[in-house]
Formats: sequence, C-alpha cells, structure tokens
Amino acid sequence: MKTVFTRTATLKDCPTHYCPGCGHGIAHRLIAEAIDELGIRGRTIGIAPVGCAVLAYDYLDVDMIEVAHGRAPAVATGMKRTNPDKIIFSYQGDGDLAAIGTAEIIHAAHRAEQLTVVFINNAVFGMTGGQMAPTTVLGQVTATTQKGREAIGEGYPLQICELLAVLPGAIYIERCSVYNPAQVRKTKKAIKHAFELQVNGAEGLSLVEVLSPCPTYWRMTPAKAMEWIEKEMTKTFPLGCLKSFELTK
Amino acid sequence: MRNREMAGKIIIDTERCKGCGLCVIVCPKNSIVISRHSNKNGYFPAQVNNINCTGCAMCAIICPEAIIEVHRDNNIAAVESAKKDRPSLIEEKA
Repeated sequence: MKTVFTRTATLKDCPTHYCPGCGHGIAHRLIAEAIDELGIRGRTIGIAPVGCAVLAYDYLDVDMIEVAHGRAPAVATGMKRTNPDKIIFSYQGDGDLAAIGTAEIIHAAHRAEQLTVVFINNAVFGMTGGQMAPTTVLGQVTATTQKGREAIGEGYPLQICELLAVLPGAIYIERCSVYNPAQVRKTKKAIKHAFELQVNGAEGLSLVEVLSPCPTYWRMTPAKAMEWIEKEMTKTFPLGCLKSFELTK
Repeated sequence: MRNREMAGKIIIDTERCKGCGLCVIVCPKNSIVISRHSNKNGYFPAQVNNINCTGCAMCAIICPEAIIEVHRDNNIAAVESAKKDRPSLIEEKA
C-alpha cells in the first residue's frame, strides 16, 4: 500500500475552530502544501487577518504575525523591505481585504511590493454574524440585507481582482474556487505559482482570490453552498487568470 | 476475497470529523456515508466502506479538516481484479 495523500507537515496536527464545510480549512491546507513543496518553511512569514481566520497562526507551522484589520499589506511591505530574503504572504478575508483594507492592498499593488496575497472571498462578514460585505452579490440575503442586496443604496459587489489587474505593479492575479476537487487542484496550482514568483524574485504583487463557502451564514448545507458558488457566485466573480506572469528562468 | 479486490483505502479520523458531508458528495464510488453515531464533539462523522475505494483521493482533496489519509495498492494483481468488476480511476490513468 502506497500512501497517496496525507496531512502535510506545515499544517499543524490539531482540529480547527471553523464551522463544518468552511473553505478556510481547504485554503490553509493548500498554502501548507505549497510551502512544503517549495521547501520554504524556514524562511516564510505569514500574516493572519482579522476575521474567521484570525487564528490561522494556530494551524500553520510557520512564523506568523497578527495585524490590525486590513493592514496586512502595509505590514507585509515593511517586513519584505527589511527582510528581502524572507517569503512574506498575507492571508486575508473579504471583510479584511475588500472592505477596511482596500486602500492598503491597492497601494501595495501600485508600489509593486513583492508579496503573495491569498484572498478568501466568501461574500459575507463571517466572524461578526453574516452581515453584508462589499463582495456580497446582488440579491443575496444577509443579516443586513434582508430583502437581498440591491445595487441602488447598497452598491455593487466589489471585484478586487479586476480592480488590481489594471495596475502594472500587480504581476499575477488569479481567481479560483474550491467547489469541487478539480477546482481545489487549480487553486493549489495558483497558490503555489504565487509563492514561486516571490521565491524567484519576480517584482510585483501576486494575488490569488479563492471563492470559498460560508455555509453557516449563507444558511445552506455545505453541499448546497458549494453548488451556490458554482452556479451563482461565479456569475459575479468569473473564475480564471486575469493577469499572468511567466518566469524567464 | 474483499481485500484482494481493494485497490484503495482511506482512513478518516472520525473524532475530528465535523460531518460536513463534502467527501460523501465527491466520492465517485459512493463509498462514504455519514455515520448514525455521533463522535465526542457531537458531530455525525463520515464513515467509510473501503470495498469500492479506488484511492482517487477526491475526498481527501475536498476535506476542509485534512483528516483523510489515502492509500493505494501498488500490487498489480489487486488492481487488475478490481478492474474486472467495474471501471476504476486507476484504469483511466493507466
């Protein structure tokens, strides 16, 4: 018997606090696998967000720091500039990156900082009780949009990837999802590529957006939540690589 | 007899399973079910029937808790005998 799949070393052997069917667990595992496959565990520094994934430092066995809400790209900038040999990544949710931290991520991208950003988009503010986030899709019912989000008054969903792809400082922008095993594999490839760019010293910001389920605050079963990403969420947030960067080596 | 036909084997840490059921829907062989008995945390965990397992690792890839371990048999005789019954993922890859 050959072992085909087992828990990777960077992912600590402990239970997570996430709700059943949450996409954070999958994203953590993909980051851990990417770090182990590239062999950069000893020189990687991660930044945990404010949000459900605030305890990410308990699950990833790399040096991690917890920063103020939305300020991860700003802190990462300082860390990368003072330690250029370290691999800096930030793990941010949509409340963190697309709401309070929009200024930070846009300016980090426009300064072409050498960072890797993993952006988890689950279309609600999960930790605080499922309120409307900037990324909530039109018509979606949340705690604060009880008749469904309307464009007039509540605004349109914010498409961070499209926004950043026009900036020359952002070199690699991809939107992926985790709604089935094939998509999880693609997401892993994207996350690994984003790390690889930084390892090889490509100058610019790489961001991978992961459409992730929040079964608890979408009021769905985990299986239905995955289906909803595939059928509804991808209409607003089309999957694919918005900006690619080829390594010349 | 059953052991000889088996090409794959998965081990689920049921005490840490939260019973989200994502592995149940992605399993192409329908060999995972939700247990009737709860674990220590009060969740009804996924339970496995390894007879049909081909070791494709779909369940492990989707598992948010990363608690599924997948093993596959390298013994060609065992894989061949599994092929006779039904097409498996191993056959497609070969």
